[in-house]
Amino acid sequence: MTIRLLYFAWVREKLGRSEEIVTLPPEITRVDALMAWLAGRDDVHADVFGRPGVIRAAIDQVHAQPSASIAGAREIAFFPPVTGG
Amino acid sequence: MAVRVATADFDVSAEIAALTAGRTDIGAVVTFTGLVRGEAHGKSLASMTLEHYPGMTEAELARIETEAHARWPLQASLIVHRIGPLAPGDAIVLVVAASAHRHAAFEAAAFLMDYLKTRAPFWKKETATDGTGGWVDARDSDTSAEQKWQAGQ
Repeated sequence: MTIRLLYFAWVREKLGRSEEIVTLPPEITRVDALMAWLAGRDDVHADVFGRPGVIRAAIDQVHAQPSASIAGAREIAFFPPVTGG
Repeated sequence: MAVRVATADFDVSAEIAALTAGRTDIGAVVTFTGLVRGEAHGKSLASMTLEHYPGMTEAELARIETEAHARWPLQASLIVHRIGPLAPGDAIVLVVAASAHRHAAFEAAAFLMDYLKTRAPFWKKETATDGTGGWVDARDSDTSAEQKWQAGQ
């Protein structure tokens, strides 16, 4: 599955990019599995994605839990807890 | 219902006038305006920059508004949130809730702000006058405020 990943705030800064297109192995079917897969890339990714509960996700612009299925998703975003208002 | 994300400042009086123009069914308009404070973590703030998630921001604000309209009899509502660089004293967010009576308008305005704080994808980055700074951490008290509504308290 090919999917667009988006990064915001300090997630974007640490990774040094705001988005990328990735092709996922078929066994990656949930948000938490995707985060573990991303954490395995290198030390920087491990630092960002290796801390469960810190990073939030949205699937196709809707907030998503770590257990959410990513089947059929076009766009998945990762970001810190929001601080607007 | 309307949401707007913009770099430009807003005029509260003009927004109320636009929301109520030609209508006589609105008996109460409650507005909340959030401003950038000049102090953060004991330091003097030089500037604040608001980042957001274009597309999801508007969608999430619309979902929050829809939820407010489902809970209270609102005649109209508006959420305006600014993005980009802001200075201490600048307006950052406006919430307007209009109803036939005041209680619904007061409660809906508080609800809209509490939900916006924990759900709308905005992130603040602060720069202090001494050059230090960084991304603002989320507050547990904001999550508590949102959960209060979920518990129906």
